[in-house]
Parts: sequence; C-alpha cells; structure tokens
Amino acid sequence: MAKTLLEIAGLRKTYGAVEVLKGIDCAVHEGEVIAIIGSSGSGKTTLLRCINMLEDFQDGTIRLDGEEIGYHVEGSTRRRKSEKDIARQRALTGMAFQQFNLFPHMTAAQNVMLGLVKVKRLPKGEAHAIALKWLDRVGLGDRANHYPGQLSGGQQQRVAIARAIAMNPRLMLFDEVTSALDPELVGEVLQVIKDLAAEGMTMLLVTHEMRFAYEVASRVIFMNKGVIGEEGNPREMFVAPKTERLAEFLKTSSFN
Amino acid sequence: MIAPSFLDQLWLARHVILNGLGITVAISLLAIFAGSVLGVVVGLSLVYGNRWLRWVVRAYTDIIRGTPVLVLVLASYYVSSAVGVNLDPFSAGVLALAVFCSSHVGEIVRGGLQAIPKGQTEAAKAIGLTFGQTFAYVLWPQALRQFLPAWVNTAAEMVKASTLLSVIGVAELLLRSQEIISRNFMSLQFYFFAGALYFLVNYGIERLGKYVERKTAIPS
Amino acid sequence: MGYTLNFAVVWRNFDQLLAGLALSLGLAVISILIGAVIGLAVAFALTSRYRATAWPATAYVTLIRNLPILVLVLFAYFALPQLGIRLDKVQSFVAVLALYSGAYLAEVFRAGLLSIPKGLTEAGLAIGLTPMQIRSTIIVPLMLRNVLPSMSSTIISLFKDTSLAATIAVPELTFAARKINVESFRVIETWIVASALYVITCALIAALMRQIERRLAVPR
Repeated sequence: MAKTLLEIAGLRKTYGAVEVLKGIDCAVHEGEVIAIIGSSGSGKTTLLRCINMLEDFQDGTIRLDGEEIGYHVEGSTRRRKSEKDIARQRALTGMAFQQFNLFPHMTAAQNVMLGLVKVKRLPKGEAHAIALKWLDRVGLGDRANHYPGQLSGGQQQRVAIARAIAMNPRLMLFDEVTSALDPELVGEVLQVIKDLAAEGMTMLLVTHEMRFAYEVASRVIFMNKGVIGEEGNPREMFVAPKTERLAEFLKTSSFN
Repeated sequence: MIAPSFLDQLWLARHVILNGLGITVAISLLAIFAGSVLGVVVGLSLVYGNRWLRWVVRAYTDIIRGTPVLVLVLASYYVSSAVGVNLDPFSAGVLALAVFCSSHVGEIVRGGLQAIPKGQTEAAKAIGLTFGQTFAYVLWPQALRQFLPAWVNTAAEMVKASTLLSVIGVAELLLRSQEIISRNFMSLQFYFFAGALYFLVNYGIERLGKYVERKTAIPS
Repeated sequence: MGYTLNFAVVWRNFDQLLAGLALSLGLAVISILIGAVIGLAVAFALTSRYRATAWPATAYVTLIRNLPILVLVLFAYFALPQLGIRLDKVQSFVAVLALYSGAYLAEVFRAGLLSIPKGLTEAGLAIGLTPMQIRSTIIVPLMLRNVLPSMSSTIISLFKDTSLAATIAVPELTFAARKINVESFRVIETWIVASALYVITCALIAALMRQIERRLAVPR
C-alpha cells in the first residue's frame, strides 16, 4: 500500500448558521486520483478549498505528509497559523479553478514563473526554463508570450494547470476545471489531466464529467449534504450504487 | 487697431504670464503628488482597513467630496491662520487641493482594487504567495492599469482647480492675468489668452492620458 | 493657543447662510435644467453618423471640459461686455454653469446612448415609428434610466460649482460664509457650518437621485 499523503479527520465547516461540511473523514494515498462528485451544494468544492486553506474551517484536521494544514493546536486552543506558514503550505498543493483565474496582465510564461520566482525563489532564468517545459507539456509551448486575453478558454485552463503543476506540488486540486469551457474545448483540458494522472500525480478532482471520472479516477467520493455519501471504485459505484442517493444522482447526470 | 496693441501688451506681460504659468504648474504638481500619495493611503484604508479605520476614512472622503473646492481653499487659508499655523496662501491652497485630490484618488484606488475578481487573490494564494506578494504582483498592477485614465483625469481637474487659489491671492496664471487686465483693461483678450493656455495644458494632459492608457493596455 | 469654539455668531447669521444655500440651489437647478437640454442635443450630435454634426459637438465638449470654470465665470462677467453682451451677475453665472453642465451631461448622456442596443431602434422602425418617435418614446427614457447613477455624481459636482458665483459677488452660500468669516472672525465655526450645509445638501441630492432611480427602475 502506498504511503498516506493527505489525511482528513472530522472536518467541519460552517457559513454562519449553515453547516456545509458535517464531519469529513478520508485519506488519500500517493498516486491516487480521486474524483469527487455530487450535486451542487453538497460541499465538494468547499472541501477542496479547505485543503488549500482558501476557506477557514471550524473543526477537524487536515494533514499533508503528516503536517497539520492551516491550524495548530496547543492544549485546548486551536489557532490559525500565520499567513506566512499558510502561504508556504499552500505552495505544497496546486489548484486549478473553474474560472482559470490567470493573471491577465502577465503572459502565459510569466503566470507560470510568478510562484517559482517569488515563492520558490528560483533565479529568473531557471524559472523561465521550467515554465517553458510545462507550457510545452500542456501543448502550449508556442503560446508562452501570449497574454490570457489572447488565448481560448481551453488554452487558458491549460496554462493555469501548468502554473499549478510547475510548483511541483505534492497534491493537485482541480475544481470543476471544465465547467466554464465550451464543449469542444473540454477534451484538450481533460487530456492534460489524464496525462498527469498517468505519471502518478496525486490528485483530487471535483467534476461533473462522469465519463471522465469513470475512466481516470482510482476512487470516487460521492458527497451528499456535507458528508461523504458513498465512496469506492468507480466501476462498482457507477454500475451498482449502494445508496439510494447516489443512484438518484447518477440518474440525473449525463454520461456523454 | 486692437490686434497689434494686444500683441504689444502680451509682449510686455510675457514674464508675468510665464511666471504665473510656472506657479500654476507648481501648484498642480505639488497637489497631484501629495494628493496621490495620501489618496493611495485613503484607498487602501477603504479596502483593507478594519471597520473603525474604514468608517473614519469614509467620513473623511465623504466630507471632502461634499464640499466645494473653493470652500476648501478658503477654509484652509482662513482657518490655518485662525489656529496660528499661519500658512502662506500658496501652502494653504496647495494643502486644500491635495486634500481634495486625495479623496478623489482614494475613491479611484478603491474602485480599481474592488473591480478585480476574487479569483485573482485565490489563484495567487493557491501558488503560495503571501498577501504582500499578492498585492504587489497581482492586485496592484491590475488596479493601476484600471485607474490610470481616471487618475490622469484627476490631474487635469487639479490644474483647473488651481485657478481657485487666485481667490486667496496666489499669483498663479489667472491672478496674473487679472493683474494685467487691471492695468490695460483688455479683459476679453487676456481672459481669452489665459483660457487658451489652460486649454492647452489640460488638452495635453488628456492626450497623454490616452497615450499612457494605450501603452499599458493588456493585449487581448 | 486659545481658540475656543463658539458658534453663537454663526447661529445669529444662520439665516444668511440658509438664504445663500437657497440661492446656490436655485442657481444649480436652473443651470442644470438648461444644461440637460443642451447636453441631450449635444449627446445626439456626438453619436451622430454625420461628421458635420459630430464635429462641432465634440469641439464644444472638449473645449469646455478642458477649461477651468472660474476662467469662464470671469470671462462671461468681465469680458463679454466688451463685445456688447451685458448680463448681470446671476445671468452671466447661470449662462456659464448651463454651458458647463451641458458639456458634462452630454458626456454622461452619450455613454447612455451608446449602451442602448441597436436592435431597439430597428424594432421601433419595424413597427412603423419615425426616428424622432423612437428617440422620444424608446431611447431617451431608457437612456435616462441607465445614466441616473453617473448623472447623480455629475449633478452633485455641478451643484458644488455654484460656489464659484462667490467670486463675482453673487450672495450664495460660499459668499455668505466668507462675509460672516470676515465680519465675525469666528473662522473655524463659519467654515464648519458652511461645509456641513454643502455636505448635507450633496447627501440629500444623492438620496433624491437614488429615490428617482428606484422609482423609475424597470421591474425585473
């Protein structure tokens, strides 16, 4: 069995009076590709954002390589870590967003280089070489000097993935990365993710692409109303759901 | 024969006019510089300040923006001497314009920063940038491009507002023109001439603004 | 130093300030109404396909926007008589502020006109309306709704410009305040009260404009 990379225990998250995550426990092993599915409002995106501390959470722990993410506990008091520590921890996970969130005033290469130069403190030349390598890997070697506004949605999303992956993260988080794309551009982005998965990158993907989840994921987590409703091997889950909820959800999802 | 005599008078008054123009430029530059520095602080306080600071700064900008610049100029001049600070008219006037400028720049900076989508901050955080780095490399450069046109516009406003200092006796271009007129009674010609100079300066600023806007535009 | 606040003198002369404020508002209302008519006509000219109408409109707006209003105020009152145009203080100021408002409101209206989809004009033509009917029943009503927020800040800024009438001794609010200041030496109190009156009036104008905006909002 591969080493445990990410360990989530008793994770709770509330927005005011609304409890979005009601106690999540799960472990992710190195090299696993986990698809998180579920209807909107089920908490799947929130879960992903907690792992990267884009959301604070009220209870529970998230550990990456055994190190507690975001908070430290002394006796009975639980404190948010310093911004600097959190920034360092965030650099250990890469994240790609639904809306790409490329920096519009920087070229594709500059987008990828920013974290390498400012966070990893690499010399510019080295950072540039790494940026070009990754842009090449996502099929955009010839677009390095283009600005995001000059790229298609699919190309922008691939740059965003290159930006995250270039930081050499322990874990990649994908938050509905194809939802904002025109249908004909979805394929090129999924192909990039598939390639990364094949190379052994550990990843968590929140996705609506059931066929993709079925093909690529080593494990599927079905989120329902803030808890994990069901999890397991995609073949078993999609063919023979154990819970009523999942069966219901799969019926309303398209498998194109 | 109005034309030749106007040119004669203009030639006679050339040093006075140039001197006035110099003072106008000096007032404007000082007000824009001081006002912009203060305005950036105001804008940052409005966006990132805690509730207490935001409230104080919001009250400051609302009061300044609700008061005519002429009132600011007169108040600055009279009040400073009443409380014993004794600013000369030039300093009192520049102070008033700088305060006026800061409230405008503050609003512009606030607007520019708040127009940036939240995803930008999140993406920056996700690659591990600290808040300071996020601000310096991601937010500020975008906000700057966004508010540059409005800022240049504010600069032109300052040049126009500098005329108000003539009311408290600062010998800028307009007051100099009035002095000349009081000697030769050519109000039509010399007001017209002063107007033309102001127009040229402001039109130049406007063109410069358009040019800078084009230069800094993000290709798309 | 021993300046103690004492508002008694200011309250004694408060009626002068209120009368001044009333005159300020009167100047603003008349000038802005005339300016709105000018602005609407100029906005249509600015967006016209014909260079012969667009060019003079652009020239007017560019000229006015780049001139300090104080130069125009002094020019109208002191220089125009040389051309045989004699206006009293109030008339000349209203004329200037109306022209000034016209240029600024034209810009506001122009942006509003450009925001109206072409399809609406075509839909109007398709049901047989004349171009003039389309303007008055479709385009202008929609455009006015769209521009209310930006019109609000323009109107407030024009209201504040009425303070410049003080420079030609029109007894509006700033003039009244300066008079009390000079006569009473209650400098700080005078300017606090005058400024407060301006700030409150500006806030009321903003509130009124928001109210109108809500009233006229198209339900959706």
